[in-house]
Amino acid sequence: MRVLLAALLLPLALAGCKHEARETRLDPPVAEALGEVRVMANRISGQPPMVNAAQGEPYRNNAYQLAQGKRLYEWFNCQGCHADGGGASGPALMNGWWRYGPDAVSIFVTLRDGRPNGMPSYRDRLTTEQMWQLTGYLQNLGATVAATAAPSRNDAMQTRPSENRAPAMGALSPPPSR
Amino acid sequence: MAVSGTVGAAEVTSAENELTPASVGQLRLAFTFRTHHPGPATQSPLVDGSTLFLLTPFPHTLYALNLATPGATVRWRYTPEADGTARGRSCCGEGQGGMSLEGGQLYVNTLDGRTLALDAASGAPTWEVRTADPSSGETLVSAPLTAGGRLLIGNAGDRFGVRGWIAALDGGTGRALWRWHSTGPDAEVGIVAGFKPLYPGNERPDQGVASWPPSAWRQGGGGVSGEILWDAASGLIFHGTGHPAPLVPDQRPGDNRWTSGLFARELETGLARWFDPLNAHDLYGLGGTAPSLLLDRAWRGTPRQLLVHPDANGHVYVLDRGTGEILSAEPFVPVNATAGVDLATATLRRDEGKAVRRGRMTRDVCPAHPGAVTGASAYLPETGLLYIPSRRLCMDMEARNANYIRGTGFTGANLRLRPADERGRGALVGWDLDAGRPAWTVPERFPLSGGVLATGGLVIYGTRDGLLKALDARSGVLLWSFQTGSGILSRPVAFRGLDGHAHLVVLAGSGDGPEAEIDRRDASAENGMGNLLRDLPRPSDPGATLYVFRLP
Repeated sequence: MRVLLAALLLPLALAGCKHEARETRLDPPVAEALGEVRVMANRISGQPPMVNAAQGEPYRNNAYQLAQGKRLYEWFNCQGCHADGGGASGPALMNGWWRYGPDAVSIFVTLRDGRPNGMPSYRDRLTTEQMWQLTGYLQNLGATVAATAAPSRNDAMQTRPSENRAPAMGALSPPPSR
Repeated sequence: MAVSGTVGAAEVTSAENELTPASVGQLRLAFTFRTHHPGPATQSPLVDGSTLFLLTPFPHTLYALNLATPGATVRWRYTPEADGTARGRSCCGEGQGGMSLEGGQLYVNTLDGRTLALDAASGAPTWEVRTADPSSGETLVSAPLTAGGRLLIGNAGDRFGVRGWIAALDGGTGRALWRWHSTGPDAEVGIVAGFKPLYPGNERPDQGVASWPPSAWRQGGGGVSGEILWDAASGLIFHGTGHPAPLVPDQRPGDNRWTSGLFARELETGLARWFDPLNAHDLYGLGGTAPSLLLDRAWRGTPRQLLVHPDANGHVYVLDRGTGEILSAEPFVPVNATAGVDLATATLRRDEGKAVRRGRMTRDVCPAHPGAVTGASAYLPETGLLYIPSRRLCMDMEARNANYIRGTGFTGANLRLRPADERGRGALVGWDLDAGRPAWTVPERFPLSGGVLATGGLVIYGTRDGLLKALDARSGVLLWSFQTGSGILSRPVAFRGLDGHAHLVVLAGSGDGPEAEIDRRDASAENGMGNLLRDLPRPSDPGATLYVFRLP
């Protein structure tokens, strides 16, 4: 009886493993392909690398990648200017309004090259994979539709609705005026 | 922020004879001047005869309005070049540059690190120098001080790990005369044989290095971002130094000299005369840059030359400005992080339960960052009261790790602010200097950050939700108020107009409109203030607007 129960439950358990699949070291060809972003001339939007879609959009759908993005958000001083997504000297990242474009390529280029109003460039400080992990986490922060995965919760101070409450908000707030 | 150092009595303006508790109720709005600038307006307008000078927030436009014409026409305007990087270096209603007027020249500090001089009559530029580098997070947030033909400026950027300094430029040419830092070896701080600190430990050599972990002083903070004061009689200048970087205290064990304290320096050379530590090994990022006042009055019966400094840590410090001796330090807001100041050693008696440790959250620390007071206080000799625009706040502080990356925030702490009690998030405190306690306190719905004007028996100030108020200076009773369209972060100005009537002006504009792009669902937004301002009403007229009132 117990063996039968185990046999029934095993496929269920295995099906849930995809969420947590961890790729601790990226294949070198994949790592190089991650940098193949084609950007529009105005530095906003463009075409993401083909390898993101080929891997099943891990930076949006994989809890491990989102958790890495969250760790990098703290380690690279994003909180110093953007708080926990609410903004301080930098604009809010969780309200769904993006000055330089809401799509993954725009956010990636913002991180890689910086922007004219004070956003520094992280080209020399983050690897391409890390930039994609951060990009995925930022998109998750301001989502208006439920995401299929979420990073882990904050260790201590929970300053805003946590990421695993789906979605982050029902509708966009009133737009910034400019 | 525009006031050059004043010694002696009070806020004496030429309108004092007309603007009184009896007449203030008759103030009428004469006209408004709208700049449509969405940022926080912290620099008060300057009035000189028939001209009113107005500096908008960053990116700046400088206006000279001709008061002789009805409704004020623009005599000239000047737009300095702007480095857009600085837009991401200023937070939440902090200062964005400043200006002062002396000898027909208008001196301007821009947020993006330019100091310029213009001819006040025509707006023609005289000289311009780059003094701060916003790419490292360094900005200029306050007005320059004109003193004896020199221009004194200090930098800001404690949140970015920028090493603080104070510098003097030649007023006529902009040439650099001297510059001294807030951290580092004595030779870079300006400490030589003439340095006479009163309190033990500060006379040892190179405290600016020894009281830090190795090299941490290079990103030590201590920016001279507040008002600089000048006492012409003694030839001394007085200034505070900002808080150390990062906010996490565990990453910088030691007293962290010379941050979070008060310096007296000689104007000619900038060399230090004395230093008082106010918040040694600053646990809460309070700093020592809250505006001070220089007063010549009796203290406990003896005439003395005083420096009165309501500090961000919630105490009113009364010092002898010749020696730096702390005569009194009493709390003016609820304080639980410390149990007073030990006057013998100038150290705070800290409560161990409110210590901040990495990886842990400390709850209900009062007063909260950025401090119990950051706006300019005012004093009236006829009442003997000091009027302090205060915040009555406590905070939860979670210290994490901060890594220094040039140009990014170097803080490492998450803050969440809340009111200290039900009596209001702010208060206008009428502080009795002799008694060392408040004579009266007017509670305010929102924390006060703009400066206070005290004139003709009145105390005039603006609130975060845009109310301009006039209180009776003796009793604190509200005599007159006016609802402007946007929050007020600057100090009101009173003057006698060309028609001989008293005028009151205020530049409103708090930067709280939609342009601010702040999401207050995150309690740590705006350095923790976001949690507190969730019920701040949307400004009806978000641009920076000058309101001019007139007594008929």
